[in-house]
Amino acid sequence: MDKMSYSEIVDMAKLMRLKMLEISYNCASSTHLGGGLSMTEMMACLYARILRHDKKNPRWEGRDRFILSKGHGVLGYFSALVSAGIISDEIYNTFQTNESDLIAHPVMNLNLSIESSNGSLGQGLSMAVGIALAAKKKNAAFTTYVLMGDGECNEGSVWEAVMSAGQLHLDNLVAMVDYNKFQSDGVADQIMNLGDLANKFRAFGWDAHDIDGHNIIELVNSLEAPKVEGKPRVIVANTIKGKGVSFMEGNNEWHHNRLTKANFDLAVAEVSNSAITLER
Amino acid sequence: MFDITPTNARQWSRLGSRGVFGQAILAVAENNPEMIVISADLGNSSGLDRFKKTYPDKFLNIGIAEQNMIGVASGLAKEGFNVFATSFAPFISMRASEQIRMNLGYMEMNVKAVAIGSGISMAFLGNSHYGIEDAAVMRSIPNLTVVSPADCAEIFKVVEAASKFKGPMYIRLTGAVNNPPVYTEDYQFEIGRAITLKEGYDINIVACGTMVYESLEAAKILEEQGISVGVVNMHTIKPLDAQVINKIIRKSKLLVTIEEHSVIGGLGSAVAEYACQFKDIPPQLRLGLPDAFGKTGEYRYLLEKYGLVGSKIAENIKIFFNNLKC
Repeated sequence: MDKMSYSEIVDMAKLMRLKMLEISYNCASSTHLGGGLSMTEMMACLYARILRHDKKNPRWEGRDRFILSKGHGVLGYFSALVSAGIISDEIYNTFQTNESDLIAHPVMNLNLSIESSNGSLGQGLSMAVGIALAAKKKNAAFTTYVLMGDGECNEGSVWEAVMSAGQLHLDNLVAMVDYNKFQSDGVADQIMNLGDLANKFRAFGWDAHDIDGHNIIELVNSLEAPKVEGKPRVIVANTIKGKGVSFMEGNNEWHHNRLTKANFDLAVAEVSNSAITLER
Repeated sequence: MFDITPTNARQWSRLGSRGVFGQAILAVAENNPEMIVISADLGNSSGLDRFKKTYPDKFLNIGIAEQNMIGVASGLAKEGFNVFATSFAPFISMRASEQIRMNLGYMEMNVKAVAIGSGISMAFLGNSHYGIEDAAVMRSIPNLTVVSPADCAEIFKVVEAASKFKGPMYIRLTGAVNNPPVYTEDYQFEIGRAITLKEGYDINIVACGTMVYESLEAAKILEEQGISVGVVNMHTIKPLDAQVINKIIRKSKLLVTIEEHSVIGGLGSAVAEYACQFKDIPPQLRLGLPDAFGKTGEYRYLLEKYGLVGSKIAENIKIFFNNLKC
């Protein structure tokens, strides 16, 4: 796989946002746009540069594993898979149609590079711990990546998994938290304040990176940094929910909502003329 | 790997279901390099102390975290390991029921969830530790096979079969130490195939777990009173062996189901749900634990209190049967 440059990843993120808006509008129902848009740069970095995969052979044994634990983030996930050429436009455009393989939460489908079924929050990291542990036991070289939401970290099972990954010294496991500071009902710290999330992971034996989750350079640097022996890595990515669309940014009405024609046109115009560049 | 003989059966009975589970998993692991056993900090209580000494690389104590245990088990299974995840019945079946639903049901991961001490064998540990709803919860999850061995010999059979079975399974271990054996010689065992232990023409009893032995005892008593009673060991609660049910409902005046589980949602419900589609079926008496959190006591005391010993079962069946005749 050719690794994309930083500026190419910026372009991929823009394309992903346009793709998300397009299928959201076309499927004519509510979608999770806010959390899809906040994770865009994280997913672009993973699929453009970090994950080892073979799009001709999605089941390749040596592939890195990726699990989307915040299952409602499928817009950010599927738009990355289509932009990276792993799933076709034809399949992508079936999103939320009857009998489609692509619905509002991931359904395990190894032929489409979807490693696990999710949707019930707080479960992805546990499975990722099991996969990473299996890799250690088999002496397999792949890395397991998992993307979680900050609201998801309200679930106790997340912390069971965090504890176990530290205890098992899984330095082949990378968790990313889309820390956009909103959850379904509103502002996260007014509902269940997570505080200094990176330090909470550190306290359980993790190598924690606290970064700007829309900054490609910071994302790539923290993903490509040499691993710390015996420690799983977490990237707490500070993001903006609805990033890239002015009327969605920080507006939790777009956690799950439906685009009108006017919304759609405005959002597409804003993303097309995006000021999001390679921030330094 | 193991021989079912009268002597072994007696020894296993003294060891009890947990100790025998530990022996069985130890024996099976020998020829199964991909096996991993996970405990949520109940390794010793689950009879796994020898296993963890013998196979430290195949054993994992994930801590007191059943939800994470199922997730980790599924990740290991996804990468090709043959995983047995164990804990006490209510904690694995209900604390982690949604993880079982997502990972074992929805994704069909090859994990065997083993419920130690199901039913009321936890005695004075009380209702918090009883597994009286577990079959009901697990049975309702799509893709999950639910198995409850009748005695210690059958625990060997189930563990061996489960280790070769590709797919998710819930294994419900009932009984404590000194539960009498059903099997004292070798027999054919297959997941999903019920075993007719005794043919009968008036009444047929369908039982699982510890209640198989008690049903045989009840059948003996009733036979002495001139009533012909059949007994089926329905060790696989899901999928139910429809062939056997089809056969016995045609020749019974009364169908009885018995289980060390709530009368709601377990084997009795499974049989009733299946049988109700037919015309002219016999009535069904569902025996089991009442829908209640009662006072607790010694295991044997509780079995007697709830009418789950041979003599009480016979008595209750007879009363019901006689009333039917009126």
